[in-house]
Amino acid sequence: MAERSGLSLVDQTKLVTAASELARNALIHGGGGTARLEVVTSVNGRGGVRIEFADEGPGIGDIDLALTDGWTSGSGLGLGLSGARRLVDEFELTSKSGSGTSVVVTKWSR
Amino acid sequence: MPIVKIGTTLFVSIQIDLQDESVVRLQEDVADELAATGARGVLIDITAVEIVDSFIGRMLTMIGSISRLFDAETVLVGMRPAVAITLTELGLSLRGVRTALNAEKGLELLSGKSLWRSCRSGPAMTWCASGSRYGWWPNEAASPWSIRRSLLPRPVSWPVTR
Repeated sequence: MAERSGLSLVDQTKLVTAASELARNALIHGGGGTARLEVVTSVNGRGGVRIEFADEGPGIGDIDLALTDGWTSGSGLGLGLSGARRLVDEFELTSKSGSGTSVVVTKWSR
Repeated sequence: MPIVKIGTTLFVSIQIDLQDESVVRLQEDVADELAATGARGVLIDITAVEIVDSFIGRMLTMIGSISRLFDAETVLVGMRPAVAITLTELGLSLRGVRTALNAEKGLELLSGKSLWRSCRSGPAMTWCASGSRYGWWPNEAASPWSIRRSLLPRPVSWPVTR
């Protein structure tokens, strides 16, 4: 899917790595969830891939804290959420304590 | 995952996507092999690895820490360019694990040969380069004995790590 949308090898690697981080988060912190992938096209014709990770877990109380490099509520490195944000072009995080988490990331071809 | 011992080095070649259980087993196997063989180096080949995320990165730094407890050094070889770029942007430092371009250079690093080859002594300071770092050391700290055994402390000037 990433190849079809014209993403370079480096961009594919970044997207899959970001997806790996977010999937792990949904599993470990969110108690499991869903991932939805789609090929998208920008207004000026660029291809891209959009992935949404959604879980019904406890949600993120302090989003700024969660997005800080090195901060982890588990035993990881604390780089997953902030790192995923750096690796993609668009990053949308919606979460509230007690109502699950949704992360939508998009990577565009150059 | 097979661990092969050649000389004083343990070779680990990561071929497959590592599941959580195999990561734990790999760390245990490396620790067991280090204890049983007294190997001085662990060379991890990640040529076949397309994705390194923070989980894998943590596994690699943990193997580095485990090895150090057994007085062994860990070298990562064969990192793909796309992986290197992604790791840098991810902010993963892989501290405690050295890197080399391929297995041959990785072995040079572990044996300290490259360090021994490139040292220049001046009146007060010695300049040394290994495969992955170089810098200035005061002559008292950079004796031929410590250079040969790769036992140099932190250099005086800012070390550049490649």
